[in-house]
Amino acid sequence: MSDKNKKTEIKTPLLDELKTGPWPSFVNDLKKLSERKPAVGELLGQLEQSYEDNWNYWQGTVLNVDGYGGGVIARYSELAGKFPNIAQFHTIRIIPPAGWVYSTKKLRELCDIWDKHGAGIMQMHGMTGDALLLGTDNKTTFDAAEELMEAGWDLGGSGAAMRTLSCCVGQARCEMACFDTMGVTKFLTDTFISQLHRPELPYKYKFKLSGCANDCAASMQRSDMPVIGTWRGPMQIDQEEVAKFIDKHGLDYTVNNVITRCPTQCMQLKGKSIEVDNGNCVHCMHCINVMNKALAPGKDRGATILIGGKRTLKIGDTMSSVLVPFMKLETPEDWRKLTALVERIWEFWGENGLEHERIGEFIERVGLGTLLENIGLEPNVEMVAHPRSNPYIKFEELAPGRMGGEPEEAPTVVNKETEGFEKA
Amino acid sequence: MATPKKMAPRDNGAPDHKVNLHPLMAKNYGKWKYHEIPKPGVLKHVAENGDAIFTVRAGSPRTMSVDTVRKVCDIADKYCQGHLRFTSRANIEFLCGNEKDVEPLIAEINKVLGFPVGGTGNTLSNILHTQGWMHCNLPGTDAAGSVKALMDDLYNEFVKEDLPYRVKLSTSCCTINCGGQADIAINVQHHHPPRINHQGVPICELPKVVAICPVAAIRPTNVDGKGSLEVVEEKCMYCGACHGQCPSMEIRDAQTDTLTIWVGGKNSSTRKGPAFMKLAVWGLPNNPPRWPEVSAAVRKIINAYKAGGRPYERIGEWIDRIGWKKFFEVTGFPFTKYHIDDFKLARTTLNTSTHVRL
Repeated sequence: MSDKNKKTEIKTPLLDELKTGPWPSFVNDLKKLSERKPAVGELLGQLEQSYEDNWNYWQGTVLNVDGYGGGVIARYSELAGKFPNIAQFHTIRIIPPAGWVYSTKKLRELCDIWDKHGAGIMQMHGMTGDALLLGTDNKTTFDAAEELMEAGWDLGGSGAAMRTLSCCVGQARCEMACFDTMGVTKFLTDTFISQLHRPELPYKYKFKLSGCANDCAASMQRSDMPVIGTWRGPMQIDQEEVAKFIDKHGLDYTVNNVITRCPTQCMQLKGKSIEVDNGNCVHCMHCINVMNKALAPGKDRGATILIGGKRTLKIGDTMSSVLVPFMKLETPEDWRKLTALVERIWEFWGENGLEHERIGEFIERVGLGTLLENIGLEPNVEMVAHPRSNPYIKFEELAPGRMGGEPEEAPTVVNKETEGFEKA
Repeated sequence: MATPKKMAPRDNGAPDHKVNLHPLMAKNYGKWKYHEIPKPGVLKHVAENGDAIFTVRAGSPRTMSVDTVRKVCDIADKYCQGHLRFTSRANIEFLCGNEKDVEPLIAEINKVLGFPVGGTGNTLSNILHTQGWMHCNLPGTDAAGSVKALMDDLYNEFVKEDLPYRVKLSTSCCTINCGGQADIAINVQHHHPPRINHQGVPICELPKVVAICPVAAIRPTNVDGKGSLEVVEEKCMYCGACHGQCPSMEIRDAQTDTLTIWVGGKNSSTRKGPAFMKLAVWGLPNNPPRWPEVSAAVRKIINAYKAGGRPYERIGEWIDRIGWKKFFEVTGFPFTKYHIDDFKLARTTLNTSTHVRL
């Protein structure tokens, strides 16, 4: 092992071109850090080599903290001969506070632990939502993890496990949030912490929670189970504020940017007030976004639970689709209804899913009807954009044979035992 | 003496968000009434009881030293009662309880951190990105660097609110696309089937490698008496899924990998429902350290959208209104056979009406 404190001059002419320009430069920041952390200088050296060669020099392998099946992203440099201090240079994924809110006390604590044990590089945050701490070796990973956990932090998920959840700022600072996104995020994380740390699912399972259809947590296409706030019953309208809005912005603006942009045409302008056909409102949030002083979500609030979103790998993009049109998420009992639903899904998918099969791909293979039957959910018209248009259907209730007194067994080629072929 | 080993599944769970909330957020949790944008980069949220909290949003490079994060904390201690948050697009939100602190706070963010304030309302967001050459084992390009270069070019769109509506961007270093869907997204495309290192393959879990191929192009074979894999080149469409599963299935190529730009994705259900992004430009060179060809193409899209988009129209909604014919006209990108889908469900993307713009 080389002398960790030995600093060598590393030239990075290509990266230096990223030192200039108005946007903050990570190159400047990391160069300064490299003055006291030689590994960071070598990291930039390897990055420079990548820029020169259009090539990547990291090997990925597995390194696990005792009792955890993920959370450490292990990296070994292929250029360790040239850059010995980054021969091992791992990332630790940390579960952030829900909504990525920090007190400076807690954030400084992360900085101090990472300064002491790691290379001192932080990414706030990774695409999954974890706080990423870059730069430990095979020993300091354990030292850092120990100290992080002593301070109450925990490792995030990786691999075929439930992944670290992410959510929007929700009720902490947004008038549109229809449920406590942060509270539910913490509840789901804590309830399923074992499934987050020890991969036991067919593949990854991501939750992202948004307080309303604006979906600031980007859940629709980025999570296996989006939970998106919504409401039942009438939207709240302050007609005085509506009139003020029209006075301020004009009639043209109101018609062109609010009324006609409603996807279901459920709004009408009556003089200087707005009339809503609430039964036809799809809670898309557009009008509320534009007139957030005058309009607000209704009072009977909850969330729509969706399922199956993911990006390309491997059958192509799958958009999440509605699983439960409306679920109250106010009390701990409501929250347990959600976790019970998740458990039923995981049980069926866990039994029958293929290796590497995300829940969206599984549904594509077995059909949503099959899933519903096995997790005990009734079909609901809100689950579909429209009813099916192909006629290849087995209507179980109308199938001949059982009803018409015909033989229960289909003619068989081999006369074998019909064990398990029970009467309905 | 070795330290006693305390490690065991600790399973602490998620840190308590309540201790991290700004006091005004904790006090008015679930009781916010409305919000305004007093100026670009500043949000004012007003609670039912009249309390107001000011959010100053700063663009960050996402990758930061602990020293920089400590400076962020110093500023939050001085003006924000010790509280801040990060957004899903790697911005830092300074949460400020006093209106009089907003301007000094902005000045200090600019001066001490060198971070721009913006990203609210009708702006272009900070770019979501992946790990790239800094820390991923699969990337075909860099992330932090290409994003820095792009944001330098798009700086004004971040600090000024003068786009038709908000624009979200992402970059991804390979076709697995961890950067995700966005109004404008930049991805890597490979152009060769994987080169197989038969010596290295046996350490991989072969059934998993076979299973992950989206087009069933990989099958087991025997090379020099040892189990290995082969790829049916006609079927392979160079997605690189197998490379993620097995490093000995090398998909990248320093000379031939290119970048593509995709447009019109959105997650929200506002107005029209969520949409996937669609191919706009392909074959851009992977050209560090500043990827100028990518910046130029993104700039073309932004300019066309700025000229033609209506208020509250995301890029995908603008294109839906004017049609793809017009999109290719106003951006100047050629429409080619590669823009016609030929994967699963491709026919659902064809025009099944006589609606044509002539």
